[in-house]
Amino acid sequence: MTAEAQAPPVTELGRARPRKEDARLITGKTNWTDNFVLPGMLHVAYVRSPFAHARITRVDVSAARQLPGVFAAFSGADFADEQGSLPCAWPVTPDIIIPDHPPMATEEVRYVGEAVACVVARDRYAAADALDAVDVDYEPLPPVLDIRTALDASSPRVHEAGNKSFEFLLQNGDLDAAFRDAPVVIERTYRQQRLIPSAMEPRAVVGWNEGDEYTLWSSTQIPHVLRVMLALTTGIPEQNLRVIAPDVGGGFGSKLQVTAEEVLALLISRKIGRPVKWTESRSEGNLTVHHGRDQWQRIKLAADSDGRIRALDADLLADMGAYLMLVTPGVPLLGAFMFNGIYKMDAYSFKCTGVFSTKMPTDAYRGAGRPEATFALERIMDELAAELNMDPLAVRERNWIKHEEFPYDTISGLTYDSGNYEAATARARALFNYDELRAEQQRRRDSNDPVQLGLGTSTYTEMCGLAPSRVLGSLAYGAGGWEHASVRMLPTGKVEVVTGSSAHGQGHETAWSQIVADKLGIPFEDIRVLHGDTQVSPKGMDTYGSRSLTVGGIAVNGACEKVITKAKRISAHLLEASEDDIEFTRGRLHVRGDPESGQTIQEIALAAFTAHALPDGVEPSLDSDATYDPDNFSFPHGTHLCATEVDTETGMVKIRSYVAVDDVGKVVNPLIVDGQVHGGLAQGIAQALYEEAIYDEEGQLTTTTMADYLLPSAADLPHFTTDRTVTPATTNPLGVKGVGEAGTIASTPAVVNAIVDALRPLGIQDITMPCTPERVWRAIQEARDSAPGTPVTGDGATPAHGTIAHVSGGDAAQAHGSDAATVDGGAR
Amino acid sequence: MTKINVKVDGVSYVDDVEPRLLLVHYLRDRIGKTGTPVGCDTSNCGACTVHLDGVSVKSCSVLAVQADGSEITTIEGLSNGEWHPLQQAFHSEHALQCGYCTPGMIMAAADLLRENPRPSDQEIRDGLEGNLCRCTGYENIVRAVRRASGAEVKAQ
Repeated sequence: MTAEAQAPPVTELGRARPRKEDARLITGKTNWTDNFVLPGMLHVAYVRSPFAHARITRVDVSAARQLPGVFAAFSGADFADEQGSLPCAWPVTPDIIIPDHPPMATEEVRYVGEAVACVVARDRYAAADALDAVDVDYEPLPPVLDIRTALDASSPRVHEAGNKSFEFLLQNGDLDAAFRDAPVVIERTYRQQRLIPSAMEPRAVVGWNEGDEYTLWSSTQIPHVLRVMLALTTGIPEQNLRVIAPDVGGGFGSKLQVTAEEVLALLISRKIGRPVKWTESRSEGNLTVHHGRDQWQRIKLAADSDGRIRALDADLLADMGAYLMLVTPGVPLLGAFMFNGIYKMDAYSFKCTGVFSTKMPTDAYRGAGRPEATFALERIMDELAAELNMDPLAVRERNWIKHEEFPYDTISGLTYDSGNYEAATARARALFNYDELRAEQQRRRDSNDPVQLGLGTSTYTEMCGLAPSRVLGSLAYGAGGWEHASVRMLPTGKVEVVTGSSAHGQGHETAWSQIVADKLGIPFEDIRVLHGDTQVSPKGMDTYGSRSLTVGGIAVNGACEKVITKAKRISAHLLEASEDDIEFTRGRLHVRGDPESGQTIQEIALAAFTAHALPDGVEPSLDSDATYDPDNFSFPHGTHLCATEVDTETGMVKIRSYVAVDDVGKVVNPLIVDGQVHGGLAQGIAQALYEEAIYDEEGQLTTTTMADYLLPSAADLPHFTTDRTVTPATTNPLGVKGVGEAGTIASTPAVVNAIVDALRPLGIQDITMPCTPERVWRAIQEARDSAPGTPVTGDGATPAHGTIAHVSGGDAAQAHGSDAATVDGGAR
Repeated sequence: MTKINVKVDGVSYVDDVEPRLLLVHYLRDRIGKTGTPVGCDTSNCGACTVHLDGVSVKSCSVLAVQADGSEITTIEGLSNGEWHPLQQAFHSEHALQCGYCTPGMIMAAADLLRENPRPSDQEIRDGLEGNLCRCTGYENIVRAVRRASGAEVKAQ
């Protein structure tokens, strides 16, 4: 047996490696959950509530059971003793209300789409056919649809305990002093519309119980968290439960969940003794995959007349939907640490009230709390610039943390380790031709061009790399934030890397291979990365919150270091040298000063395997595990600039150019990083221009299909100009920061700022998202019909897809109980 | 049940199918061609795009019985051993992340290039309008199609 020794010719870190994963994905050899076929497998379909709120008075599945091809049919009562309650792992305050959430409703339904019964049949067509034979009687109850009035005493209740789930407050500094006599006080109310995450792969679940053993295949981001939670929820012993996330077609937070269908797949399989599969249709998914965002944000800013921020006061109403799911209440609270963004200030207040409604629960969607915070902050920074007639970039620079001030303790209690906002902004400004575009904007204004030009700025940072376990503990989160990795040195010199990060499109197999190749001096091609199966990868905290590289990647790096330490001991023995004299250089263990001597790490791996000549007391293995718990979050930042052409005659918005300069620290694979930025931009721009989940006045979701919920196509999005500055993180050994959510966080305010900038001479100071042509056009009409100087907030239009007469505007400041006269209050 | 006779990726099949059976479910559930995924139920997303007698169709919008007598090519039959130039270009340009839209995107792009061998960026964007991707923002998909067309692709 021989082990080839060959150090990689080039450094892998920073190399634009096309991905290992692609080979199966581009040839149709992918293992999606819906592809799995097991012997005797049956198909499940769910009967779902057509009412937003109703009491279930009768469920009769007997007729469905008689249909050809139907194996079984169940109602919630059939699971009542075993289904438990879907978990919420983040009780954010001691007195939070966490209502019981049965996977299948037994007494009451609280959103359209909630499961009330199921049928199990030989194929998906027979299962779907049988749904009509299930008879359910409901006694409708009043829906709760507007969280701005849901806390009124007269409001119907979603749960007996009331509509308020929690109230969270974080304050620092003397807010009263800062606002007292402040030369500039700006108050705005912004709407974060409800979004549907829309991963391209619909959810699918296969559940199989045989004897004591349970196996669940699921299109999930979190096989490890899911295993723990399913064991806690159902009482299935954890050691008997295996969760497999095969190839997963995107998640964006939507598959960071413990779903009813996952619990029920195991329970149904146990009841009938056969494996079962459930695959959702897209319209079923739009109803029942958790939604994102959905906040009303009142934000108030005090500043000096030179633009220096004194204080910021954010007061949120966050729509929880009908229940608290895995991290529902924690999502808006991530904003508690982000409403101050990259800026210095004297005082800060963040308040968030979580409110129940009879809608699909909200939970993590790409950025989770940080896009919402960044939007409101970057919008009001533009308002401050306009108020003081300052350039938006200048007012930001007046306030941002200077590069020499890092590490910097922020007003919201975080310590930013590194950053260089000046460098990123200078680069973005140059790529964007900022000054030329400003000149063109002026020319168009002077000539009354029907197509006006707007420039939008967004300078963001975000906290990612979730997360230091102690911090999570202090925030009452139900788990830690570490990540686990194993590096297994095989006798033939090849390497298996086991990671707890469960990729679903991010490219871990490639990036992790690059890290290990560099660290151990082993060819990239000789490394195999295993993940996504709790029997193969027994420990992990999975993939979300831009944590994979900054936590999971560091664990991989740490496991490699342990391999080297073990190898040195064996090498010293073989070379008859002192362990202290052994060095490791690009794959070779050698005596200090003699890099040609010694053995390759592959040779040492073989020596460990044969174990013929190991020193006394040394285990015959180089294999190593590492678990990494970060000391701090990572804080990517950047400057995004967007130029929009706004046709004042039609309301049509066209993005003319978009420049994103991001600082994500050291880069492992620039192809992957650029891809993450591109995709993030697309989703953030889509929030600004296209997407909105709309419930009508009865609580029916009207955007159940991709024809109604407008995901942008290639024709709807511009070319992106991306670049990077590199300010390494100082809190991890690779100097890396997260990148997965940055684009989404930065881009939404850049686009809306650009639209408002184009229209500001008309007196328009806000357009409610999504900024559809109709909304923009109406705002322009309103501005033209108003007295000069009257600010217009453009929030009175019909919903995005324009098919129903439902007004989504309203005076949120009043609903908040604020007595402050809002600057934009006169618009309505 | 209706008897159909189809050739899929070079192999002939004779099957009895329900008249309502969608072509995509025939491909996936009856003959194991799971390389073609389903992304929606309103023919918006294009993930299920295949070639029916050489022309791209969304296989969720075609009944299996309508394909009777036809030749179907899926992503699994696009290449003979060597990757198709589009597959190679999608890999080289990192035009996929989760990969769920990729089979449909490649099949649609192949049809686009058949009709317009040297499309401009805007023509690529317009031509792929019926195929949705949630991961890439389309930037690298446009680059990949341009590369596969033989046009120059500038360094990023």
